[in-house]
Amino acid sequence: MDNYKTKFIPPEIFQILKDDGKINSKEIPDEKIIKKMYESMVYARISDDMIIKLQREGRCGTYASSLGEEATQVGSALALKQTDWMFPYFREIGSHIVREFPMNMYMLYWMGNEFGSKIPENINNFPMAVPVASQIPHATGVAMASKFKKDNNVVMCYLGDGATSEGDFHEGLNFAGVFNVPIVYICQNNQWAISVPLSKQTAAETIAQKAIAYGFEGVRVDGNDVFGVYKVVKDAVEKARNGKGPTLIECVTYRMSDHTTADDSKKYVPKKDLEFWKLKDPIIRLKKYMESKNIWNENNEKELIEKLTKKIKDEVKKAEEYPSPKIEDMFDFLYEKIPKELEEQKKEAMSGVE
Amino acid sequence: MVIMNMVQAINNALDIEMSKDENVVVLGEDVGKDGGVFRVTEGLWKKYGDNRVIDTPLAEAGIIATSIGMAVYGMKPIPEIQFDGFSILGLNQLINHASRIRNRTRGRYHVPMVVRIPYSGGIRALEHHGESPETYFVHTPGLKVVIPSSPYEAKGLLLSAIRDPDPVIYLEPKRVYRAIKEEVPEKDFTIPFGKANIVQEGNDITIISYGSMLRTVKQAIEKIKDKYSIELIDLRTLTPLDTDTIINSIKKTGRSVIIHEAQRKLGMASEIITRINEKALLNLKAPIKRITGYDVIYPLMKLENSYLPSINRIIKGIEETMNF
Ligand SMILES: Cc1ncc(C[n+]2csc(CCOP(=O)(O)OP(=O)(O)O)c2C)c(N)n1
Ligand SMILES: [Mg+2]
Repeated sequence: MDNYKTKFIPPEIFQILKDDGKINSKEIPDEKIIKKMYESMVYARISDDMIIKLQREGRCGTYASSLGEEATQVGSALALKQTDWMFPYFREIGSHIVREFPMNMYMLYWMGNEFGSKIPENINNFPMAVPVASQIPHATGVAMASKFKKDNNVVMCYLGDGATSEGDFHEGLNFAGVFNVPIVYICQNNQWAISVPLSKQTAAETIAQKAIAYGFEGVRVDGNDVFGVYKVVKDAVEKARNGKGPTLIECVTYRMSDHTTADDSKKYVPKKDLEFWKLKDPIIRLKKYMESKNIWNENNEKELIEKLTKKIKDEVKKAEEYPSPKIEDMFDFLYEKIPKELEEQKKEAMSGVE
Repeated sequence: MVIMNMVQAINNALDIEMSKDENVVVLGEDVGKDGGVFRVTEGLWKKYGDNRVIDTPLAEAGIIATSIGMAVYGMKPIPEIQFDGFSILGLNQLINHASRIRNRTRGRYHVPMVVRIPYSGGIRALEHHGESPETYFVHTPGLKVVIPSSPYEAKGLLLSAIRDPDPVIYLEPKRVYRAIKEEVPEKDFTIPFGKANIVQEGNDITIISYGSMLRTVKQAIEKIKDKYSIELIDLRTLTPLDTDTIINSIKKTGRSVIIHEAQRKLGMASEIITRINEKALLNLKAPIKRITGYDVIYPLMKLENSYLPSINRIIKGIEETMNF
């Protein structure tokens, strides 16, 4: 008689596309989507690489790379409709690509220009959230509003494994459970929060299980398996749209880069872990699969890389040719109408003495 | 004496106190093996181990609140908040709890902790990484607020902070971390709270500043040193504030310019000007000027130099005050 204590069996990791490019299940998307997945993931990696290069050359500020996490980002974002909402934190280049957020604007933000956060009217994304976990309750609030207004839009909210420690995570998920709102939380469990490993972040065996405490489902999926991510997220999005409430999806992946360009992860990431995870690369895995199905060959690959390399160069050019922000920009977007006291300061700031 | 930068000086002070008092613990995000994102706690984890240099979960409210608990229990926690912008997540615990526990228990419990926070801008960092939040802390009764301006100051003030029986907010000007190197005594020494530093004496005008701006202010003064006899005051501690040193100086010079990086409205300058009004209004020969950040959101990299008080803005302020 010990059922007055909680008992819990942690969920298993769902997977469709295995490390070697073979599949576990027939539930794979059609060829068009597969190619879109591949192209988006490759573009994510090429762009990521480019931004790091720009940073090294002093043409961009500190940047958080998405290397190795492309399947989580692309697979999840593809499960959304255009009208659905997406709340990033700051490591989702792949999701931004899928949502057709202009790459030059994505770069503009990291280059230190606020206009990079001026989301185009036809895209329901929120700007990146630097304060860890702060986006979570905002996303929940949008989902509440979508439910109350009967808009039938689903919200997707990204977060890191480290973010699960913040109060905002708890409060955001608890509200979501209580109000049974249409939201899908995507945790990119890349196993690190800067230098702190997941084992020091939580005593729980998995992140997915945290959902249980808020009264909804948690899912664990191989975050480097784009088919698996797509499938579980699509199911969760559909569930949300049908009024069946939130889901927390833990995508198990690995941060293959430094935390940001300001970090040196050699100090704390074991080399053997990187070697182990390199074999699970999400892009190579998908390419192997496509080749085995004869829907991809070296020629296609070459054409794609050429196309995307040109594309990213054009985007860099656009970002760098974007007009420099002006002093008055600091003042003009604080309120709808600038108060008189601030108008005086604005004049002072623009007086030419810098 | 050895030459140190501010990162080394703070590290050295932590090391001295940790080796003396085993109740002193350092905790925060990435302070252990990584040595902190600014490397301020470098080497301490190796020397003192997991129970004295503690990597915590990513939760600022939790870091500060559990520090309060440890402090009440007789330890001396030194929590590190990774960046200024994230100290706001701990504000509830600082304003509603750390600052009040001595008062509400009528002295039965107290909270001897030092919250270290890298603050200030000018390092091309990300959003929320360039804030100057001192006013929030200064406005809170029960907290002490310390901002060193150089390596020497950092060491002496930190050792005082750790030995202080009350909660201290210790703001580290990150722009200065590696920018200044100077001689710092290797041995233990302290700089008392509530005693501003007269960096240089002068008779024409009193320049008041602290922390991240002091270096820029010195550079500005250097350019006009032959023109005016300038008195420069480094406040060192914002709470307690050394009103006497300020008033005595104003009585001598009758003119003042106050410089800080934080936003202007209700910034330190407004408090100082008020105190001067209260105690030395009739000694003034010119209105007191404040050169500060504007009342706007601290901008991203491309605009940060337009926000920060610059050498030219400071010189212009001094000239206008002198020629009033
Ligand atoms: C509230 C807050 N505290 C601290 C930081 C500094 N910081 C930036 S990212 C990060 C780790 C985030 O880890 P995780 O949530 O796992 O996301 P990842 O970076 O691994 O993708 C920290 C501590 C921050 N941005 N916001
Ligand atoms: Mg992480």
